[in-house]
Amino acid sequence: MTQVIRSPKTYDVCVIGSGAGGGMAAKILTEGGLTVALLEAGPTVNPEKDYKMFVWPYELPHRGVGVGGRAAENFGEFLAPNGAWQIEGEPYTSAPGANFQWFRSRIVGGRTNHWGRIALRFSPVDFKSKTRDGLGEDWPIAYEDIAPYYDKVESYIGVFGTKENISSAPDGVFLPPPKPRCNELIIKKSCDKLGILCIPSRLAVLTKPLNGRPSCHYCGQCGRGCTTASNFSSSQVLIPPALKTGKLTMIPNAMARKIVVGADGKASGVLYIDKTTRTEQRISARAVVVAASACESARLLLNSRSLVFPDGLANSSGQVGRNLTDSVGSDGEGYIPQMEKIPPHNHDGTGGMHLYIPWWKYDGQNDFPRGYHIELGGGREMPGAGMFHGICEDFEGYGAGLKATCRKRYGTTIAFAGRGEMIPNPDTYCEIDPKVVDQYGIPVLRFHFKWSDSELKQAKDMQETFKAIVEAAGGEYATKTRSDGAYPYGIQAGGKIIHEVGTARMGRDPKTSILNSYCQAHDVNNVFVTDGAPLVTNPDKNPTLTIMALSWRASEYLLDQAKRGNL
Amino acid sequence: MSYAGKPKKNGQGISRRDVLRNLAVGAAGGSVLQIIPAEAAELAHKMILQEKAGAPPGMYKPKFFPAHQYQTLLFLCDAIIPKDEVSGGAVEAGAPEFIDLLASENEKYQLILGGGLMWLDNFCSDRYAHMLLDCTPEQQKEVLSLIAYRKSAQADPTLCQGIAFFAELRAMTCDGFYTSKIGIEDLKYIGNTALAVFPGCPPLPE
Repeated sequence: MTQVIRSPKTYDVCVIGSGAGGGMAAKILTEGGLTVALLEAGPTVNPEKDYKMFVWPYELPHRGVGVGGRAAENFGEFLAPNGAWQIEGEPYTSAPGANFQWFRSRIVGGRTNHWGRIALRFSPVDFKSKTRDGLGEDWPIAYEDIAPYYDKVESYIGVFGTKENISSAPDGVFLPPPKPRCNELIIKKSCDKLGILCIPSRLAVLTKPLNGRPSCHYCGQCGRGCTTASNFSSSQVLIPPALKTGKLTMIPNAMARKIVVGADGKASGVLYIDKTTRTEQRISARAVVVAASACESARLLLNSRSLVFPDGLANSSGQVGRNLTDSVGSDGEGYIPQMEKIPPHNHDGTGGMHLYIPWWKYDGQNDFPRGYHIELGGGREMPGAGMFHGICEDFEGYGAGLKATCRKRYGTTIAFAGRGEMIPNPDTYCEIDPKVVDQYGIPVLRFHFKWSDSELKQAKDMQETFKAIVEAAGGEYATKTRSDGAYPYGIQAGGKIIHEVGTARMGRDPKTSILNSYCQAHDVNNVFVTDGAPLVTNPDKNPTLTIMALSWRASEYLLDQAKRGNL
Repeated sequence: MSYAGKPKKNGQGISRRDVLRNLAVGAAGGSVLQIIPAEAAELAHKMILQEKAGAPPGMYKPKFFPAHQYQTLLFLCDAIIPKDEVSGGAVEAGAPEFIDLLASENEKYQLILGGGLMWLDNFCSDRYAHMLLDCTPEQQKEVLSLIAYRKSAQADPTLCQGIAFFAELRAMTCDGFYTSKIGIEDLKYIGNTALAVFPGCPPLPE
């Protein structure tokens, strides 16, 4: 499916990155008639070979933990390929006191191959949060501007859910939701007692056939990648139609290092390292769409220094790399004795939760700004390595007693993952490390990261909520967190939730923002950024759906500008 | 990232890695940790010779553990998850081979497990004048009952290293067992198959 071309041809657009943002741009631009060269820093993906759908742990020699057990720290070996917080030969650094973990997925489709498929719209207030509470910045666009693109994305990729009319969680174009699992029904019952909303989740998984893709077969393994493409990934849902136009040239194993600028101050192409030959190549293009992931895009812009732009491309504001945020993440779980009596049954369902808890205290008086949602887990999941470590630690011992305890306790846990909004702060950003380069000679990122009191209070509230839900279900809350130390209230290190955004935000004022409301650089009008970088806020909604909606909107604008000869 | 992608874990508490880290800090100024890697490396070299001299045809040839240590590993895996009326045990489920494979690829496990097995024999030699496998069943039971519980260290702090080793081995044995066909069937997991319709939760018991 790939074609490597090193001819002096000039493409209409060079898109950098093939994930949610880049894949969407490639699709819309090629379908609009433009020629596109798509650079991807990793190899192509072959679902039949690379995805581990229906594989049992015992079919892998390492049972899912990888060579030497090392993959256990990185989600294990089952998830769709080529992603981790550390990539050999491609380092990053953290400033003293900062602990940021940067997840990268080098493969066609990027992180959409393994992602959780949670597809939540930002709400109207998320675009105007500064107006509401004085923190951060407002977006230059309103919900009404992006809503038609949410409609288009949902209609095209397929998202299940239900109309609920909740102001913090706008309804979308939904396929019917799957039936709830036992753990979810138990949680919902608790939530009803406590006045907490618990509703069908919204995942990019097909519960009905859509656009030539078959319906989900409920194996519960979306994260491994789906060989039937019954869930959304860029590699299976965006790249194929772009290739079908005949206007897309896929260039895998291509690590972009610099966007080249001509004497007229416009981008004229991209220099990249062909990883297979370790040689430098050049793509000439009339416009560049940067969608390498929020931090990788910031890195590329900052490394694209030139005489015209000595501080990096599109960086006259000095804001590239600033305003970095990740979601606030804190997890918990509890033991529910009632679940011991549930008969064995197929609990798999779709990959991910069938019910979730949207932010429900949006009208309340909270001691922290913004909000969080809660993702649900637990129950009779497929056994795997690590599943009984907690039992071993709690019950200790050995022999028949240990075995009986594992049997009795299997499937009796309910689990929670709180995901909340971080407010951008001046101590959290990425910049070019002055000393370190990667194996391709490209200067790497250095991260600065700090949670503020707002995020810690949110994590505390999450832990209290998890405990209340477990106890209302007659269970024992098992997660113990401390109020001090490196991870107060179980807050995870920055980057661990893999929702990093904001590093090239959009805005009306070129002095404080990088892009205009169409993701077009203020400084260079033929450069666009369409990944998580343009996001002005990082609300308690996973960013992927919004990245795709913004990319679609920006790509239509780019098409229009190209037709008018404005690029 | 959604919850669905996270590593699975039941219960909670201090992880065994925390225990090991704490012990490592407290263990005689780190001398234990500095000595054992060299020994482990030497053992790895000897292993190949022993392998060639050892196992009868058809038997598993350990990739890391020398024959005697591997026999001890088999004994311990069987003790941790034995066969019972419902299912076979950890040895039948291939847990020792799984543990040996990981150890062969990771110096951390070579140290923790290779060193731990030697600690155990040393402990038994001091206490019973025999290595573990040559002890009486009562003696074997006694030593396992000591190292299987953190509270034993309160009465006898010299057990710390053995407790840490056993916690690691117990977790790895569970990993090996519950990722096997036998272990997955023992839990009565139903799934990993294509369904036309997801049936949802059966009626919940009160």
